[in-house]
Amino acid sequence: MKLGPLTDTTRFVLFAVIILAMPLWLEPLGGNYPDLLQRFAIYGIFAIGFNILFGLTGYLSFGHAAFLGVGSYAAVWSFKLLTMNALPAIVFGVFFAGILAAAIGFLSLRRTGIYFSILTLAFAQMSYNLAYSVLTPITNGETGLQLSQQDPRIIDSVFIEAGSGLPSTNLFGLKMSGYPGFYFCAVLLIICFYISMRIFRSPFGLMLRGIKSNQNRMRYTGLNTRPYMLTAFVISGMYAGLAGSLLAITDPLAGAERMQWTASGEVVLMTILGGVGTLAGPMLGAGLIKYFENIFSAFNNNVLMEIFSFLPNAVAEIIVPIVGLFVGSGWHLTLGILFMVIVIYLPGGIVEGLSRLAKFAAGERKSSKIAGGNTSPQDQPGE
Amino acid sequence: MSDLVLHLDNIQKSFGGLSALSDVNLHVEEGTTHAIIGPNGAGKSTLLNVCIGRLKPDSGHVTFKGQELTGREPHEIAQMGVARVFQTPEIFPEMTLLENVMLPAFSKRDGAFKLNAYSGLAQQGDIRDEAEHILEDVGLADQMLQEAGSLSRGDKRRLELGMCLILRPRLLLLDEPTAGMSRHDTNRTIDLLKKIKSRGMTKVIIEHDMHVVFSLADKVSVLARGEIIAGGKPEDVRENPKVKEAYLGGAH
Repeated sequence: MKLGPLTDTTRFVLFAVIILAMPLWLEPLGGNYPDLLQRFAIYGIFAIGFNILFGLTGYLSFGHAAFLGVGSYAAVWSFKLLTMNALPAIVFGVFFAGILAAAIGFLSLRRTGIYFSILTLAFAQMSYNLAYSVLTPITNGETGLQLSQQDPRIIDSVFIEAGSGLPSTNLFGLKMSGYPGFYFCAVLLIICFYISMRIFRSPFGLMLRGIKSNQNRMRYTGLNTRPYMLTAFVISGMYAGLAGSLLAITDPLAGAERMQWTASGEVVLMTILGGVGTLAGPMLGAGLIKYFENIFSAFNNNVLMEIFSFLPNAVAEIIVPIVGLFVGSGWHLTLGILFMVIVIYLPGGIVEGLSRLAKFAAGERKSSKIAGGNTSPQDQPGE
Repeated sequence: MSDLVLHLDNIQKSFGGLSALSDVNLHVEEGTTHAIIGPNGAGKSTLLNVCIGRLKPDSGHVTFKGQELTGREPHEIAQMGVARVFQTPEIFPEMTLLENVMLPAFSKRDGAFKLNAYSGLAQQGDIRDEAEHILEDVGLADQMLQEAGSLSRGDKRRLELGMCLILRPRLLLLDEPTAGMSRHDTNRTIDLLKKIKSRGMTKVIIEHDMHVVFSLADKVSVLARGEIIAGGKPEDVRENPKVKEAYLGGAH
């Protein structure tokens, strides 16, 4: 196992293969059902985009859920007014999220540090409240925006005879639910990963890292930091808009709760858990959190009893209620502990943990090589 | 008078009633090395901060090659060709030395903002060559791929000097470039600065070390309590009774 000196091409191919093969390797982990797979890919996009801002520039936005929500609303409106095809929905989702990000970014980026975070949080909560109440004609408030039989669907009405039930989202006829939906999201995720990798390796990425590292030096080197940060903010907002529109494509409704601050917080957790500023970290974090939320939370005492059935009954009966606190509805507790452990011992997130493991493994191999064929590694004290 | 590069005209700056600079006039000529000396707290660093736009003077003007600098943003001033080495090195500690030097090279080539998000750093061969060349100049080429934060203080200074040199500035401001360096490193830095001088770069240098001042400066201005009390050739300034008093009087 070596994770450090991978070339970017191998990194990318590896990522693509792992993502596309998710239905295979998630089967034994109990995660192979389309709804969950779609969510892995969608939140992966969200987190990868968030990491372009937070990971590279160090600016911690607490308001990215607003862009997720706008992406969803725009997509549903595209379904209602134009067509059930997924492509226009994506274009509108990304476009409107980008516009909102430009506006919020322009104002919030006047401040740094905690003040920037608070400003983004305030704007996102404002967006949430607007969607919930004032903008009801656009967002349908509390109920959420849904499709209806009476929607005009201008483009579809020209080509397709209206059916009896609600139409479903599609990509030129291919239904965007189930596995096709997942593969659609997965391909977009892989494209997003590729773009993010290019940004990380580009002069633009270098500038963003410069902003994180030393803004003074940037300015006295003749660089205008504001447009760099705004571009990063808008790009990450567009990623969030894409994720939001995909949420609507796989399940065509949009509600204001998608813009709640908890959703903004979640993407922060994902990024930190996986590894801030690393390429694959946000995807790992997003996957882990969604896995916990959906699989771990479904564990109940019966499942636990089965798992611990190898133990004597009396022991199992003591252990199960204790472990039971941490699964099922208590999954937040486990996540919280995991988060604390990672932040305290592995500030670089899961990626740092993995690379330490890889280094450790490489070190072992090297020491056994030095030791030669006759002596085992245990014979080397102090290694 | 030959071409003026930097011209400070009646600069006044006070911090909450405490006057840091009063009526400072300074002329720096093309291609010269101009040293500013003076006891601690004389306002030397404030003077440089005014030049690069970090501080706005209360009154007076700074002009650079006939263009007004006062009121401009720091990045505009830098793009006009004014670079500065700080007293505590301002570098990018999390990046490699090579990246530290490549970043300013992009600023020189692409200006204050350019969205260059697709081509990889690895494809920027010319910028990389230039950066490696500069790192050789400042004697850090063998540590190119090391993280800058792990350098010694003296090496950080040299790196920062390299980051400024790659900008090929028309005016280089140096705030105690050899402070905290060993004698050996100081001499290396002096040699390097002499080499730059032969390329015709104008420099303003703040320095405590008289050895450095006399090996480099063409002209010296003495700043004490926010005022220029003497100026001229280094030999003349050394003999000036007012200067002796300012230094010795300040020490008592």
